[in-house]
Amino acid sequence: MPHPFKARIEIMLKPGVLDPQGEAVRHALATLGFTGIDKVRQGKLIEIDMEAENADAAAARAREMCEKLLANTVIEDYRIEISGR
Amino acid sequence: MKAAVIVFPGSNCDRDLADALGAVAGAEPVMVWHKEAALPAGIDLVAIPGGFSFGDYLRCGAIAARSPIARAIVDFAGRGGPVLGICNGFQVLTETGLLPGALIRNAGLKFVCRDVPLRVETTESPFTAAYAPGAEVTIPVAHHDGNYIADAQTLARLEGEGRIAFRYLDNPNGSLADIAGILSENRRVLGMMPHPERAAFPHQGNEDGAPLFRALAEALAGV
Repeated sequence: MPHPFKARIEIMLKPGVLDPQGEAVRHALATLGFTGIDKVRQGKLIEIDMEAENADAAAARAREMCEKLLANTVIEDYRIEISGR
Repeated sequence: MKAAVIVFPGSNCDRDLADALGAVAGAEPVMVWHKEAALPAGIDLVAIPGGFSFGDYLRCGAIAARSPIARAIVDFAGRGGPVLGICNGFQVLTETGLLPGALIRNAGLKFVCRDVPLRVETTESPFTAAYAPGAEVTIPVAHHDGNYIADAQTLARLEGEGRIAFRYLDNPNGSLADIAGILSENRRVLGMMPHPERAAFPHQGNEDGAPLFRALAEALAGV
């Protein structure tokens, strides 16, 4: 019987890829007086509510979604967290 | 020659592109909505226009690249059919995997909309054959995400195989190796950020983009 799961998918630019938006945020933080900030990286968080047989099956589906659409693996890495809901 | 101009919600250069294909390349342009699962019969060229398909949601070109027509375009390219992607069309082509690499946010973070000087890096393609080798031309760009990126191995292949079609002379967006446009391995798919359809007629005040459409007319004549 399927159970309800929530997938939290974090998508970030790969470490070597320049993140000009993160860099702009870093500058803005410095302007506000926040010191000691070495680096800012900006990414995406996608939440998907779904039904699956178990947590492993939910993770497998989320992985397939990342590979086919949610992430562009040329430039991005993704991380999946599955929880009940 | 019959040319399919693909239209997505948010495409906004589709009519300009159809005009240039019609008047300069002498093609019969056919507008094709993204929900079509097949190209019309007898298509000789697929052209993917600029714009903001699906509002640039998720990533520029990502949703368009998974639309029903995208599969038909990939099949068409797989049979050796020529495909031209301009601006958002270039982003769609990288998202489908027909061209390597990706286009990310401009290094300067700003939307850049101006004429840019380019060098034609290869004339060995159905798109660039009408330019003089090494020709320097001026064609407008208008984009927020035109910063081309690829891994070192991909760049080495593009360089080694002469697949960089256009290079910026004054890089407006941080693109790797000043890349403005690239060709597929079989040289039948071209993606480029600059807009040749905006520099194709005397009334536009600049005809540096016209040879691209004339080259297509020549290459696809009689097909």
